[in-house]
Amino acid sequence: MNRFDYVRPATFAEAIAAASEPGAAYLAGGTNLLDLMKGGIVRPGRLVDVSRLPGLGAIEWLADGGVRIGALVRNSDLAHDSEFARRFPAVAEALLSGASAQLRNMATVGGNLLQRTRCAHFYDVAGACNKRAPGAGCEARGGEARNAAVLGWSEHCIATHPSDFCVALVALDAVVEIAGQGGEYQVPLEDFHRLPGETPGQESVLEPGELIIAVRLPAQAASFSRHARYLKIRDRTSFAFAVASAAAALRIEQGAIAAARIALGGVAPKPWRARLAERALIGVGPDRTHFDRAAEAALADARPSGDNAFKIELARRIVARALALAAAGTPARLPALPGSPFSPVAGVLHV
Amino acid sequence: MSEIVLSATPAHLRHGSNIGQPLTRRDGILKVTGGARFAADNHPPGMLYAVLAVSSVARGRVAALDVAAAKAHPGIVEIMTSANKPPLALDPDAKTNPFMRRLELLQNDRVRYANQPIAVVIAETLEAATEGAALLSPRYEEEAPRVRLDAAESFVPPAVGVGHPSEAEIGDVETGLAGSLRRIEATYETPTQFHNPMEPHAIVAAWDGDALTVDTPSQGLAMAQARIAELFGIPAENVLVRSPFLGGGFGCKGLFTGPQVLGIMAARLVGRPVKLVLRREQMFGPVGHRAPTQQTLRLGTDADGALLGLSHHTRTASSTFDDFFEPASDVSHTLYASPAIRTSYEAVRLDTGTPTFMRAPGEASGSIALESAIDEMAEACGMDPLAFRLRNYAELEPISGKPFSSKALRACYAEGAERFGWKARPLRPREMRDASGLLVGWGVGTATFPALMFQGQARAVIRKDGTGIVETGAQDMGQGAWTALAQIAADGLGLSMEQMEFRSGASNLPDAGIAGGSAHTATAGMAVAGAGADAIAKLAALATGDERSALFGAGNAGVIARDGRLFRRDDESRSESYADILNRAALAEIEGRGSSAADPIAQANYAMHAHGAVFAEVKVDPELGQIRVTRLVGAFAAGRIINPRLVRSQYYGGMIWGVSFALHEHGEIDPRSGRPMNPNLGEYHVPVNADIPSIEAILVAEEDRHVNALGIKGVGEIAITGTAGAVANAVWHATGRRIRRFPITLERLTEPAPR
Amino acid sequence: MSLSVLLSVNGVAREVALDDPRVTLLDLLRERLGLTGTKKGCDRGQCGACTVLVDGRRINSCLTLAASCDGARVLTIEGLAEEGALHPVQEAFIAHDGFQCGFCTPGQIMSAVGLILEGHAGDDPERIREGMSGNICRCGAYAGITAAILDAERRLAERNRAEAA
Repeated sequence: MNRFDYVRPATFAEAIAAASEPGAAYLAGGTNLLDLMKGGIVRPGRLVDVSRLPGLGAIEWLADGGVRIGALVRNSDLAHDSEFARRFPAVAEALLSGASAQLRNMATVGGNLLQRTRCAHFYDVAGACNKRAPGAGCEARGGEARNAAVLGWSEHCIATHPSDFCVALVALDAVVEIAGQGGEYQVPLEDFHRLPGETPGQESVLEPGELIIAVRLPAQAASFSRHARYLKIRDRTSFAFAVASAAAALRIEQGAIAAARIALGGVAPKPWRARLAERALIGVGPDRTHFDRAAEAALADARPSGDNAFKIELARRIVARALALAAAGTPARLPALPGSPFSPVAGVLHV
Repeated sequence: MSEIVLSATPAHLRHGSNIGQPLTRRDGILKVTGGARFAADNHPPGMLYAVLAVSSVARGRVAALDVAAAKAHPGIVEIMTSANKPPLALDPDAKTNPFMRRLELLQNDRVRYANQPIAVVIAETLEAATEGAALLSPRYEEEAPRVRLDAAESFVPPAVGVGHPSEAEIGDVETGLAGSLRRIEATYETPTQFHNPMEPHAIVAAWDGDALTVDTPSQGLAMAQARIAELFGIPAENVLVRSPFLGGGFGCKGLFTGPQVLGIMAARLVGRPVKLVLRREQMFGPVGHRAPTQQTLRLGTDADGALLGLSHHTRTASSTFDDFFEPASDVSHTLYASPAIRTSYEAVRLDTGTPTFMRAPGEASGSIALESAIDEMAEACGMDPLAFRLRNYAELEPISGKPFSSKALRACYAEGAERFGWKARPLRPREMRDASGLLVGWGVGTATFPALMFQGQARAVIRKDGTGIVETGAQDMGQGAWTALAQIAADGLGLSMEQMEFRSGASNLPDAGIAGGSAHTATAGMAVAGAGADAIAKLAALATGDERSALFGAGNAGVIARDGRLFRRDDESRSESYADILNRAALAEIEGRGSSAADPIAQANYAMHAHGAVFAEVKVDPELGQIRVTRLVGAFAAGRIINPRLVRSQYYGGMIWGVSFALHEHGEIDPRSGRPMNPNLGEYHVPVNADIPSIEAILVAEEDRHVNALGIKGVGEIAITGTAGAVANAVWHATGRRIRRFPITLERLTEPAPR
Repeated sequence: MSLSVLLSVNGVAREVALDDPRVTLLDLLRERLGLTGTKKGCDRGQCGACTVLVDGRRINSCLTLAASCDGARVLTIEGLAEEGALHPVQEAFIAHDGFQCGFCTPGQIMSAVGLILEGHAGDDPERIREGMSGNICRCGAYAGITAAILDAERRLAERNRAEAA
């Protein structure tokens, strides 16, 4: 790990000023940043420890029924907040399907949005990666592309965003609150991450020094609570990144789908909202034929970026299954194996 | 109550009650309190930290290292490169016996594989040494690496494993296959695997003049000591290797490795104690791996499903500079009866580190292929896979024609099948689903592993206070040597566990042989028992020859040693305590020595193997392909069981390695760079707790009068074999898809079936 | 640059002068405070061998900077037994042979203690297995680990009942 200055600012203003210097990075939970530093993938000259900044650690219920989640809320605390899990069960399930209990105890909401790809070539510092070194080339092309994207990728980068949490958040129209030297502003999570294009190193809209301070879910997101699931396909039963995943949420009124929310994980450079697929479901019955049709729509633009064509069909099936699980109803208690196809579906449903 | 009758001393019996007891681990409290001191936990005064810099190319030479940049980092004490390394007394590329590795000790600028050590950075702190290694920013002259099995011309290796012939045949396989009514031919691929014990290789080395003390995990203390001595040109007795606990070994801590030697060299260079611990990614190269294989099996049967021919050909790889050829075909020598069996090998040389022994070397890779092929053959015959295995049960070892020293495999099949509920299995695949609609499949595999013994020694002492000491330089890497050998030792001296001190885990104790080949309990156990017998025999001679003893004149009748007393064998009312015998003889203690080795006559006459049967249930999502092994039942027969609690744990561990082999482990190597692309525990998958929801091991009773006097076979490796194939076969039974490339991953079950 | 960090480690207040902000909590414990029970298996948060409790929560100490732990309460395997009596989780690990080589064991035990404190898994073996999946055991002692945790929960419940009575 390179040498760095460690500063622990007391206020937002101090933090933003300290982090606006070139080479500075924010440190919160550290689960991704320290891993990257130990691998030499990033070498920040200054760490601005915001883990104790006041006012960022609360889950606030808003008057309109929405929720504002402070950027420093730990993944486990959010997932196990009973009110949060009741209103946004797919988000809680996504959170608990990710990483390990220890990492979830450390990782923060803000940090989760900013976690870097797990592309093996991004980690392979001796090889070329446009994300690490713009213009160096992409060795993932023609390389280890099993985990690479099938949607939204470019010739310059085929890496995927690894988050589970963000997939459920983006499905439910989460909004990111950001503070910077110019003050505070907000941006829909769907627009927060950028597609790689020719600049895969620029992964989000954040400017130097800008800090995520909260993530908001609108009140409407809670209207899906009875039919909301996260499904994650993995190479082992737990503690593995998604090969592909999907969040699905339905509002079913009088036997027909009144509203649908679908997003995919592990298949694109960002948490991937599937709006066309959502539209295909409005007004139809919650049945497999329509779910399959929606899944087709969700992957309509997909193309392999390497030896990963299997993911397109797999992702379709995951979307269809996630919709079927959501239609069957949110379980009263999160399954023992969150997000897993090995969690039995029988039992009492969410009320 | 067990009774040990040692053939060497028929006159005197020792009765003990420790062997066979499910004692908890004697090192348990140390291990649950953090008090067990592993190598990297040592911190002698003045110690510095050493970190390896390793090559990022797989073939070429190091053109430049930025030593100045590294030295400029605060806290850096020295950079060891080929320019300033201390001299060695032996060429690191010299190889005088198969039990040594050619090593990279900075002897030149050549790079032979990715992650090869190219420099060592020594610093006051771990943080400084780690960053110093990064700052060396090596430049290379790189050549195109060859890392795939198809990347080079193959040749027939002169030998496989350790000295096994690379071709063997009985009968005429081609004739057998030609005369078969049904035939199958299939090629199976197994990947590169890395041992990845939880404890990375570590060494703390401290020189005192020409004497050296090292703390380092070693599965072979005496071999390590000798290797160090010859490399540094010092007498072996100047080298003390301490390895009381290994944080897992699995073969990669068997032969002394380059990084361990580099730690010693670093300490010599700076004249201070040095600690060197491998980073996890450095475990993917310089400390060995299981080589990939392509195995082609051809089987044929008559109308009744009896094998008429079995051909097992393996293509595998070694490094460009050293020999280790995974003996995968050899498993076909022993398991299934066939009038014609042929095993053969070819190999290529690749720009990788040298492969080495990895838990069930050969047997594990070979077993998953053979057990899959046997299932395919059973299917071709329309037979239940268990019935097919019983149809081809070998009453004699097929390749040699020798009788088995013991073989309770039928009982393993029966007890395992009963416990698992095998008889409810539908013959056809894809016919079982659970309540959630998941496909369910059941598979079986036969487990086998040779019952080996190496040479070992031990020393036993009985003191005048009636207590004992038993010493042997054994290695406990989790299998439970501290406990099981102590149980044998206590019985050997006729003492309780509390009356006996057991010393182990250091090279200044008698050589216990290597902890490998599932042979350690037999090897060290027989030496320990022999030492006890020797001490008791001397004690008995003292007593029976002493007129003042109650045992006087009992020399011909013999005595029994039990609970710290000798009893006259034909009249147990006459006895005397060890303490009384020694005190009267005015002796502070009496010493016995024991040694062990395989019995060549028994070996010539018998085939010696442990056996087992493993039954696996998998569930597979029919659309998504994700797999979970929901139930495992293994039944194993391995001779006398010293401690059933620990043996059960060994079986569990082996079975989980089998699951890992079938479904998880895969070293991903980029053919363009030769670099491992998943050199971490996040992406090099091994099972986690949630992968193993249900596991059972049945200890099938078996007596073996030939393997050794204690009747011990090995248990450490056998359970991988059988299990890996059982899981693969269960996946077929669940899905109807026969996957021949391992590990079986979900896309292989979801992609369209090849035409 | 020197940082001063105030920590409570196993109930003992310690003021640590850090000459280097790169020191992780794991390396602080192992290399500077002599508490080597906590193990380094991967140094990247991928194996769980370094698990300790910080302010009562299980975390990976390898991915935690010591500097950011200022003011924290740290509990390691060395501090678990009270007055020489093993913690029920420690006892149960021995009784159920929840380890072989013992290298991952301190992390497994601290993770188990954390899991029990969290209270989400209860006595559901599947939830325990999932909750313990951040701790890799290469020896394959998972069955014993799960059984040990179930047993320890019973022992703790009995102890709590006895203390309440």
